[in-house]
Amino acid sequence: MAERLDIEEANRSAIERLLGGEPVLVDVAPASEVIQGLAGGVLLHAGPPIPWEEMCGPMRAAVVGAIQYEEWAGDVAGAEALAARGEIRFHPNHDFGAVGPMTGITSASMPVFVVENRAFGNRAFCTINEGIGKVLRFGANDSQVIERLRWIGVTLAPTLRMAVEHAGGVPLGPLMSRALTMGDEMHQRNVGATSLFIRELAPSLVRAAAAGGQGDVMDFLAANDQFFLNLAMAAGKAIMDPLGEVPGSTVVWAMSRNGRDFGIRVAGTGKRWFTSTALMPRGLYFPGYTAEDANPDLGDSAILETVGLGGFAMAASPAVVGFVGAGTFQDALNYTREMNEITLGRNAHFSLPTLDFQGTPSGIDVRKVVETGIAPVINTGIAHKEAGVGQVGAGIVRAPIECFTQALEALAGELG
Amino acid sequence: MRDRYKGLLGAELRVVNIGLDLFATALEEQGVTVIHMDWRPSAGGDARLGELLERLKGGAAPRSPDGGQGG
Repeated sequence: MAERLDIEEANRSAIERLLGGEPVLVDVAPASEVIQGLAGGVLLHAGPPIPWEEMCGPMRAAVVGAIQYEEWAGDVAGAEALAARGEIRFHPNHDFGAVGPMTGITSASMPVFVVENRAFGNRAFCTINEGIGKVLRFGANDSQVIERLRWIGVTLAPTLRMAVEHAGGVPLGPLMSRALTMGDEMHQRNVGATSLFIRELAPSLVRAAAAGGQGDVMDFLAANDQFFLNLAMAAGKAIMDPLGEVPGSTVVWAMSRNGRDFGIRVAGTGKRWFTSTALMPRGLYFPGYTAEDANPDLGDSAILETVGLGGFAMAASPAVVGFVGAGTFQDALNYTREMNEITLGRNAHFSLPTLDFQGTPSGIDVRKVVETGIAPVINTGIAHKEAGVGQVGAGIVRAPIECFTQALEALAGELG
Repeated sequence: MRDRYKGLLGAELRVVNIGLDLFATALEEQGVTVIHMDWRPSAGGDARLGELLERLKGGAAPRSPDGGQGG
């Protein structure tokens, strides 16, 4: 007779893991050096699995850009032909301990942040943020984009690596905690976190520059308010992965989108994806663009909401409310309060000054989502639906409730 | 008992509305003080999901390898 599983006990264990995470940036390295199995002919992408033929416009464009960056093909036509012939193997970032914003394309030569969860010993990876506008993650792939990626690989990453090594690692938890009190929700606003990160690393960057690193790295960092986004994502992944195997738990440990499907993973069902059609974000558009131009919801960045940041921490960030078109600040408070209804924990490390320092809602319970009908809210960038354009806006989107009903059915089948 | 309700209809109305906000909005438009409570039936009233939720509250047994119910 199988041993009876206690769901509440399993969930307590899952939440303890979530709240006990200690993410530390320990290295900046070429992806193939640190991500096992990521070699030539392999590309990682955002969201649940999807074949080349069914990828959305921006993801296909990012694939084409990555193939050119890797010099597996010399031009767009050659890159598309390579993918169409099935010579590229595609896998979700999540299956390799990685996450990537928007299209999330990660290739062997791209440098990644290596974030270690010191409480559990696991590591997570994320590419380096390229800046805003015409960038690979939003589906732009012209020569300017590829050149920037090369500069990141040849100049930025080695300098950051030297600095991180000199600093002996950068603990990200305290930095993220402080950034929340400075008005970041760490998905669509990372001004505070980026500033704190630069300040933390500046002495080591100066020493790295003196030892052969490049001084223009500071120009790049200082010009990119969202630089910390990818670090927060790697931290989120490092915190959530220890929840991946907690039998009996109904807590969500991954939410992600590939531009067509939205997928979730639940602690009690391991690596199985529960997917449904990704929804369209509602938001504000850059001049010249409208909702007609938008691609459906896209990216691994919903790992931030999974860990209790982004839309769940909207109350921390009066400034982001206008940027994502979320309404009034009262609406932002309501979003965070609403997420309290579907989560099991409050993360005391991530406290919200505007809600009397209440911890952010953390640990989405599939049962609570189905019971209340309240879907997780996600702050997101919006990509143009066509290849090569890039970011056209920012907004908010909900996770489709169907993912959670599927997960509930599977959990009931396995546990009930 | 009857005294308890004496004057109810003559006094100013103060209403707590639960569920559909249409009623709250209609009263507000007539100048009535309303507190609206955002309430929805569990699982949107879906009986099958409601039954699954009941099964997943508290202890549950994993399926045995042959697919039958363990525990």
